[in-house]
Amino acid sequence: MSEDIKKDLTAEIRDLVVEFRTDYGVVQALNGLELEIERGKTLGLVGETGAGKTTTGLSLLRLIPNPPGVIVSGSIKLDGKDILSMSDKEMQAIRGKTVAMIFQDPMTSLDPVMTVEQQIAEVIKLHEEGGQAEALKRAREMLELVGIPGSRGGEYPHQFSGGMKQRVVIAMALACNPELLIADEPTTALDVTVQADILDMMKGIQQEHGMTVILITHDLGIVADCARHIIVMYAGKVVETGSAEDIFYRPAHPYTKALLSAVPRLDLEQGHLETIEGAPPNMANPPKGCPFADRCPRRLPVCGKEFPQNTRLSESHQVCCWLQRGSE
Amino acid sequence: MMNQTDYLLEVKGLKKYFKVGGRKTLKAVDGVSFYIRKGETLGVVGESGCGKTTCGRTCLGIYDKTDGQVLYRGADVHCLSRTEKQKFTKQAQIIFQDPYASLDPKMKIQNIIAEGIRAHKMASGRDEIQERVSSLLETVGLDPGYGSRYVHEFSGGQRQRIGIARALAVEPEFIVCDEPISALDVSIQAQIVNLLDRLQEERGLTYLFIAHDLSMVKYISDRVMVMYLGKIMEITTSKALYHSPRHPYTRALLSAIPIPDPAMAKKKVRIPMEGEMPSPVNPPRGCRFQNRCPYAEEICMEAEPALEEIENEHYVACHRRIEI
Repeated sequence: MSEDIKKDLTAEIRDLVVEFRTDYGVVQALNGLELEIERGKTLGLVGETGAGKTTTGLSLLRLIPNPPGVIVSGSIKLDGKDILSMSDKEMQAIRGKTVAMIFQDPMTSLDPVMTVEQQIAEVIKLHEEGGQAEALKRAREMLELVGIPGSRGGEYPHQFSGGMKQRVVIAMALACNPELLIADEPTTALDVTVQADILDMMKGIQQEHGMTVILITHDLGIVADCARHIIVMYAGKVVETGSAEDIFYRPAHPYTKALLSAVPRLDLEQGHLETIEGAPPNMANPPKGCPFADRCPRRLPVCGKEFPQNTRLSESHQVCCWLQRGSE
Repeated sequence: MMNQTDYLLEVKGLKKYFKVGGRKTLKAVDGVSFYIRKGETLGVVGESGCGKTTCGRTCLGIYDKTDGQVLYRGADVHCLSRTEKQKFTKQAQIIFQDPYASLDPKMKIQNIIAEGIRAHKMASGRDEIQERVSSLLETVGLDPGYGSRYVHEFSGGQRQRIGIARALAVEPEFIVCDEPISALDVSIQAQIVNLLDRLQEERGLTYLFIAHDLSMVKYISDRVMVMYLGKIMEITTSKALYHSPRHPYTRALLSAIPIPDPAMAKKKVRIPMEGEMPSPVNPPRGCRFQNRCPYAEEICMEAEPALEEIENEHYVACHRRIEI
């Protein structure tokens, strides 16, 4: 597909293959992943456990645990620069500075024996000029930014609640004004009310700083609320991508449709919840063809043989499904 | 109003306190009263620390009570004789939240499921037990041949099905479902909820369904109870709760739930809550929600509001329930 207008992309992933080589065999975590994200936008990455969402996030930082994880092929570009050919030192300069990541569990991403302001200052000292005092001052400002009084900076993680800890983690991620923030299930461990507070706060900060955000989640409600563009992943592949409106109002892939109808809605009366029968395939032994074929209600003979090419449905909307290719 | 004898479970002024070091007491459940009719599903929602799990466990007699009464078919579950207690444990079962931690990794699936059958002498001889286990596995949608496997061979959704089969093994009439779907993926959640729905229809089961996911609770429950810091804030039918919530806390909770629809999400107005939930060791005076409530007045700081019926089957604990 030729693009006449050159998009301003913060990150671009092409045909990425990531494997985990374990004692039990080779697990294909990502299998030809394609992703691009425009500067200043929020991209929602949705899918179930094992779809490869977190692996995608870690790839962008080149943080896939090795062994057993290996990036087999493909390219990852940040600001047009290929990060796979960078030296470790160059990569270190990027992590936390250009790209930062927030992990799901705030309880385990903080050091229990270090005050929170010291932990935030650590990142600042690593990437920016200035001494300890300046870094600590900056750390307290960051705490204020995420809604924690700077005076609490001298406290330890156990003195904070789960929601507050996640705020600290966010403050740490934002400390060096990253261009790209990868938020991996940032609110999954939290109560809905705390979740709403944190998401509102993140939206506010993003608008102010013009940050690009990749939001990884399994909660369709959160992506509907936060993301402009959505990628639906299944078994290490992108099965559908589009604007939030494309995905929610005009879903084209049977998996996306099934996922949407499996979610109970507060605002609607539902007689029966649709389910997706079966479970995702074992990626140590991935099926030939489309990985969703076994669970797909509209399976065609060809689905079990070959993975379908991308079909472009509109400017923003693309899907990988034989049903769409047939109608071309 | 239905006759009281229709109540399968009736809870009156139940309190459960825990001692937490020093002279401090954690008031996990602090005077709750509600009932569940036979064949009905009562959903319990609230944020972590509101006492919903403790409430469920105390109802089953897993925890001793501090005060109050839990009446199951009219009998106090905390004052049963040995034989009565044995009968009660057969009638009332629980499905746990974490399907990874609640199944013994060293036992075969068939033994996990058969434990209750043996304990209650519900089948005699190996073949009969085997037969029952196979049919239970089938009921919950698992291959009957899986009986000789171990827990680690199963996915989260399958484990939760095993947990359900274990609960069903003694043919209970009442099941406490303690966040049975929180640890599962979206598509698997729907499978489990539909399974619970089907079992209820087929076997006339009564559920106390504890969850923090309000959308799912609305879907599965006939009535919903909202808890905050060990107290009931509101109980009503699941339809009324979502269409005409009266308690400010219920409203705030509902408004925090993301709606999977981009246009609706943009239109939605959130009712903010001030600060964080206080510790149940040291709850605020008066109404428990007073320090975070946008409608709080002087009376709310002083007196604790009682749970009062404002409409048929709609109970609210709020001083300002009429005006707001």
